[in-house]
Amino acid sequence: MSDILLETRNLTRRFDVSAPWLNRKLEGKEKAYVKAVTDVSFSVRRGETFALVGESGSGKSTIARMIVGLLEPTAGDITFDGRSLVEGLRGREARRLRRRFQMIFQDPLASLNPRWRVTDIVAEPLRVFERRQGDRARRARVGELLTLVGLSPEDGAKFPHQFSGGQRQRIAIARALAARPDFIVCDEPTSALDVSVQAQILNLMKDLQAEFGLTYVFISHNLQVVRHMANQIGVLYLGRLAEVNDAEALFANPRHPYTRMLLEAVPDIEMTGRPRKRVEGEIPSPIDPPPGCPFHPRCPLANERCRVEVPPLLDGVACHAVHEGRA
Amino acid sequence: MADPILSVRDLTVEFPTRHGILTALSGVSFDIMPGEVLGVVGESGAGKSMTGSAVIGLIDRPGRIAKGEIHLQGERIDNLPEERMRGVRGKRIGMIFQDPLTSLNPLYRISEQIVETIRTHLPLSKEAARAKAVGLLDRVGIPDAARRIDDYPHQFSGGMRQRVVIALALCAEPDLVIADEPTTALDVSVQAQIIDVMKELCAETGAAIMLITHDMGVIAETADRVAVMYAGRIAEIGPVRAVIKDAKHPYSAGLMGAIPRMSADLERLVQIPGAMPRLSAIPPGCPFNPRCPHVFDRCLTHRPAASEIEPGRRVACWLYPGVQEA
Amino acid sequence: MTDITPRAAPGRTRARLLRRALASDIFYSWRRSPVTVIASVVALALILMAVLAPWIAPYDPFNPASLNLMEGFTPPASESAFTGNYFLMGTDNQGRDVLSTIMYGSRISLFVGFSATVLSILIGVSLGLAAGYNGGAVDSTIMRVADVQLSFPAILIALLIFGVARGVIPPNRQESMAVWVLILAIGLANWAQFARTVRGATMVERQKDYVSAAKIMGVHPALILLRHILPNVTGPVLVIGTIGLALAIIEEATLSYLGVGVPPTQPSLGTLIRIGQQFLFSGEWWILFFPGVTLVLLALSVNLLGDWLRDALNPKLR
Repeated sequence: MSDILLETRNLTRRFDVSAPWLNRKLEGKEKAYVKAVTDVSFSVRRGETFALVGESGSGKSTIARMIVGLLEPTAGDITFDGRSLVEGLRGREARRLRRRFQMIFQDPLASLNPRWRVTDIVAEPLRVFERRQGDRARRARVGELLTLVGLSPEDGAKFPHQFSGGQRQRIAIARALAARPDFIVCDEPTSALDVSVQAQILNLMKDLQAEFGLTYVFISHNLQVVRHMANQIGVLYLGRLAEVNDAEALFANPRHPYTRMLLEAVPDIEMTGRPRKRVEGEIPSPIDPPPGCPFHPRCPLANERCRVEVPPLLDGVACHAVHEGRA
Repeated sequence: MADPILSVRDLTVEFPTRHGILTALSGVSFDIMPGEVLGVVGESGAGKSMTGSAVIGLIDRPGRIAKGEIHLQGERIDNLPEERMRGVRGKRIGMIFQDPLTSLNPLYRISEQIVETIRTHLPLSKEAARAKAVGLLDRVGIPDAARRIDDYPHQFSGGMRQRVVIALALCAEPDLVIADEPTTALDVSVQAQIIDVMKELCAETGAAIMLITHDMGVIAETADRVAVMYAGRIAEIGPVRAVIKDAKHPYSAGLMGAIPRMSADLERLVQIPGAMPRLSAIPPGCPFNPRCPHVFDRCLTHRPAASEIEPGRRVACWLYPGVQEA
Repeated sequence: MTDITPRAAPGRTRARLLRRALASDIFYSWRRSPVTVIASVVALALILMAVLAPWIAPYDPFNPASLNLMEGFTPPASESAFTGNYFLMGTDNQGRDVLSTIMYGSRISLFVGFSATVLSILIGVSLGLAAGYNGGAVDSTIMRVADVQLSFPAILIALLIFGVARGVIPPNRQESMAVWVLILAIGLANWAQFARTVRGATMVERQKDYVSAAKIMGVHPALILLRHILPNVTGPVLVIGTIGLALAIIEEATLSYLGVGVPPTQPSLGTLIRIGQQFLFSGEWWILFFPGVTLVLLALSVNLLGDWLRDALNPKLR
């Protein structure tokens, strides 16, 4: 069995943002695309947490949605346990693979159907993947799952709006675990939660990972959370990977100028009153990204080459300055 | 020592509902000194935004201040009629909200909004007000301010808009700025810029800041003192560094431990069990008692008030001698 | 979706449900609005009167055997000069008791209005769900048709459909099928509103992550629509359904007034008004007046209920 559970190769996704056909013809406009994700390649090791960090427009949620099949890639490939997820899996094979992965979403209220009781929500994967299971067995399993995530089996009779934000995320986690998956994509699972509740959920996710040997792809904009959760980290900027490295190495020795800037910018309670380097500029619009290296307008090390040539991801970092030894 | 800019005493805000009266704030007292940055931190529903709204007299109906006093530079403002309060807001207290679009009217150019605000509060000619506005926009870091001042709000990015709001909040030279989650909607790299701009400008004009946020990191980097709120009450208030390094209230201690850090590699975060009670179900005694690791019998029956345990530090917890009952 | 939820004993559940209903925000907002309470009472009274007509009506106006032409044109609240029978709302030219005809007429009006609205809802909700969920060409096609239809007055559409049906159905069966043709015409004329609303709500729900979660599991789109999205778009349907009921009742009355609705042997409120208007200028005002007032009360009270429901279900207005 290979060490790698999930791998993406040159994953690319464009969104058509053109005006309607008639307007285009009348106004003589070209079709317009947003390149949300461009040439993203990474691999996720079994039983580990791979984090994707980035700010708005970085394409992190688009990648998450492509992995779980909610969006089709424009180009590139995703392989899960050696099998391609892009080249149309059908029938039984697809079902077998689908039951192995799950997703946890950012807004726990929107990810639970407000008209369903918690029991039915948590049991949904069981109905899909274990059709022959009887009502009694299913109900028992739901009770088990609710207990596992720190709720009580009696909570099953309630509706999602009767819970707090943290409890709702627990329900979503229980649903994700119902069909015993081994891979979970977590899209900003705690960014809608308060700090003390976030700690509960992060701890719970770590415990569950240890207990069931889960593999996570963890999407977040919060560097502290990523630092706490991830074994490996990929830093995204405007749809491209800027840097990939082991979590510890990345935080101890950030190489890409963007990663450095991010680490510099994060307000951290440890660094009370420290003087800070001024961060320059804002993220450009992904509709009209700068040519060359997407980060060059904000980069202190940018030169002529950076303005025209897109740096490839070599040795875990996509930066001409690093490759040329200027950084 | 100078007199405080803002002095809040025993502030209590109630919301009558058909299920009974909800106490949103109870016995909140604090001072803000000239030029000081006071951070107000807490989780959603702790009452931090409500405190800000009470100070500027903008509590949503049917809420009302049931008890307590608010003084701005020695003048009582909690019972001012609305017309006089309108003169206080904008002129003497500037406001910055989470969503810049709530402070900016999308139908007017930036120039019109800032010039109008300046001229409402300061005796300046149109030209002088405009020149002042351009200067302010330049100061908050809007490139090419003289030209961009005639743009509409939607022509700015989120970070730039928040800069405009800061300029708008400061244009009438207020003594106090209330910033309610000013950076929450922004990206990390932009957030740091906004905090810097806000801090620098207030230091320049001598305005004090009441910085309301859920992000302890922002407070650590910005504030001089911090008030930790829980269930409509101040659990602990003191100098920022002291509260972070050595939190006295078990809730603030838990809160600090719950924040993942960039430097330390902890296997597990400190976990406070449970969640903050709803306003309709605050337990008797100390409101934190169901979640507290150090709870003892007194906590279940007697409610502690935030009381001075060291010079400059007040804590509402029975673990410390000298704590008064609320 | 409740088949695996533990059930309590039925009696206790009912008591608990009642208590929950009385404590709910909806009931609270109902009680707080006197207009709504009055509208509910009026609507309920009229509906009961219509439903129970065969049992509570003082006379049977459609039984030729009981009709007495001598009793014709008896004024309201008086006894017939010939037979001594008392008529609260008077009689028409054929001696039919106006109160009884109103009771039976409301029955037909309500039946047609209600059935037509249900038909509109069935068509509109299905098409709205399909359009909102699929988007693209399906959406464009359905919504363009709806747009075209909405740009014509509903009554015109109903007349058109009515005319086509007249041409298709053999003459000897036209009378017996008139009610069904009427329901079809009004139902088809009103679906577009529902389709539009449901499409909008579906497009909102479709983006939500509970739908994404179901998609990731590979749940069939039809099941997603039926189990996930449909329960979440019923609120607005209920609101416009109520207002639509009032509209359908008025449309039925209009069609019957124009003489293309139900046959005079089985008069609805509209037919009664048409009959009554012939006598307005000869002084027998009551033959027109009472059916007219009933129609206004019925449409108005149902409409007010719809308005209240819209406000009560809309959290922004609370």
